[in-house]
Amino acid sequence: MKRRDFIQQASAGTALVTLGGLGLQSFTTVTASKKITILHTNDVHSHIDAFGPEDGRNANKGGVARRAGLIESIRNENPHTLLLDAGDIFQGTPYFNYYGGELEFKLMSKLKYDAATIGNHDFDNGIDGLYTQLEHANFQFVSANYDFSNTIMNTHTKPYKVFKKNNLKIGVFGLGIELNGLVDPSMYKETQYIDPIEIAQDMSRILKTEEHCDLIICLSHLGYNYKKDPNKISDLKLAKATKDIHLIIGGHTHTFLSKPTIVKNIEDKNVLVNQVGCYGINLGKIDFHFDSNKNISANGTSIIV
Amino acid sequence: MRLTHFIFLLYIFSFYNCKESKLELIKIEGKQIPITDTLPIDSEIEAYIKPFRDNIQKDLDSVLAYSVNTYSKSDGELNTAIGNFMADAVYNEANPIFKKRTGKNIDMVLLNHGGIRSILSKGHITKRTAYQIMPFENSIVVVALKGKQMDSLVHHLIRKKRAHPISKLKLTITENNDIVEAKIKGKSIESDKIYYVATNDYLYNGGDNMTFFKPNDSLYPLNYKIRNALIDNFKKVDTISPVIDDRFTQIKGAK
Repeated sequence: MKRRDFIQQASAGTALVTLGGLGLQSFTTVTASKKITILHTNDVHSHIDAFGPEDGRNANKGGVARRAGLIESIRNENPHTLLLDAGDIFQGTPYFNYYGGELEFKLMSKLKYDAATIGNHDFDNGIDGLYTQLEHANFQFVSANYDFSNTIMNTHTKPYKVFKKNNLKIGVFGLGIELNGLVDPSMYKETQYIDPIEIAQDMSRILKTEEHCDLIICLSHLGYNYKKDPNKISDLKLAKATKDIHLIIGGHTHTFLSKPTIVKNIEDKNVLVNQVGCYGINLGKIDFHFDSNKNISANGTSIIV
Repeated sequence: MRLTHFIFLLYIFSFYNCKESKLELIKIEGKQIPITDTLPIDSEIEAYIKPFRDNIQKDLDSVLAYSVNTYSKSDGELNTAIGNFMADAVYNEANPIFKKRTGKNIDMVLLNHGGIRSILSKGHITKRTAYQIMPFENSIVVVALKGKQMDSLVHHLIRKKRAHPISKLKLTITENNDIVEAKIKGKSIESDKIYYVATNDYLYNGGDNMTFFKPNDSLYPLNYKIRNALIDNFKKVDTISPVIDDRFTQIKGAK
């Protein structure tokens, strides 16, 4: 297999990658082209208000009311948009101490989030505390590797959800971090953690061959990468060990990336791994452009990050 | 007429779809958009948040007590006024709960110096003050330790020489770190006795290198946050005026 080089366009500060073919081809008809936009946040940690001007690190950044305006303008531009969150919605400001996550879920519903996965801090008021707030969430929780069958959360999450946008099918599945040693067992009770790699392989197979998804997205709270603990499962490791996943949206490690990371999966195909720091300071935006076969002479996907 | 038109269009669409059906992913563009103050505020969302915010502000800013002075954890060598206040407050608030549940009394309290997250400013004390001093959600646990393990606790304090907040423990050492006095509630520590030490779940789990809580005789989680103990204490007392005292001291010149 011919592997294309990673071309850094230094002047624009962006990189362009092509694979599997001769590169970007000009296409003649635009009638069959479609665009799906994926917007994402992670580790917002109850940061509903923007940071104040006096904050030492994040002055004047973040804030749900500003994020709402931005998301609306992106949706106006492309209605075929999904909005996702990679967990740790709870804990970090008095909003959580006072309302237990009610306002976080209500606002995410108002912003029309489509799905979220569960982070370790979402158990901070116990699994019962999470359950209590579910009535305020008009979006789907996806978690494929937490078995909630012996808990109150049973039937309230799905391993994955398939969304239809612009006649394309987008499969989103969720993965959570190992809770043992991270969260007090009295908080997560009988939630069983299952090996994420095996589950991810099951999920991508189901979403590809049974659900016939055009796009497969993993919403992960595993963490971006653990340099000091290379055996610990992370988004980068997951991307390398699996196939058919197009995008891993991560969380937990509060990783600020200058741009999404491109990783080669087990079949040597590109996977995008992204995370946007924490506290609602950034919004991730990934656009997937589709076109009919006819319009591209070589079978290749270019990635511009 | 209009209906015919519609059907005709549908036909074209399906035909088109059949012929050129398979769409391929040809391009992915990824970027990150910073949420800055140049972005407009969504006024509907802002209005929705406001009553929640106002309610929190009102509650956080209601006055609970008065602080006579400004107290910092950096004032004092082996014990500090603010640390003494915190450890005593935890004892005073947690002991009645522990006694009610177990019939036993807490023998001493140990917190950590690093867990005091801000100063206690002179003037009005509000709930916000408690959130500033103790922003973490840590809860009080009571650990049953044998006298022998109490020795490791005491030696840890001597070795580190940090002003970790303590209550009901009196520790006096010489310049050579020899123990002059190590007493709990005025009595010497007996090696075969069980002592009930109140701390927080973070330290219990080995935080701040406090590895002496495990193994232990038994553990009693009180499900009572340190911050809530401070708030309850502020509500009970009018005025806060803690002092640096003799609970942990090193005698200069004595060897």
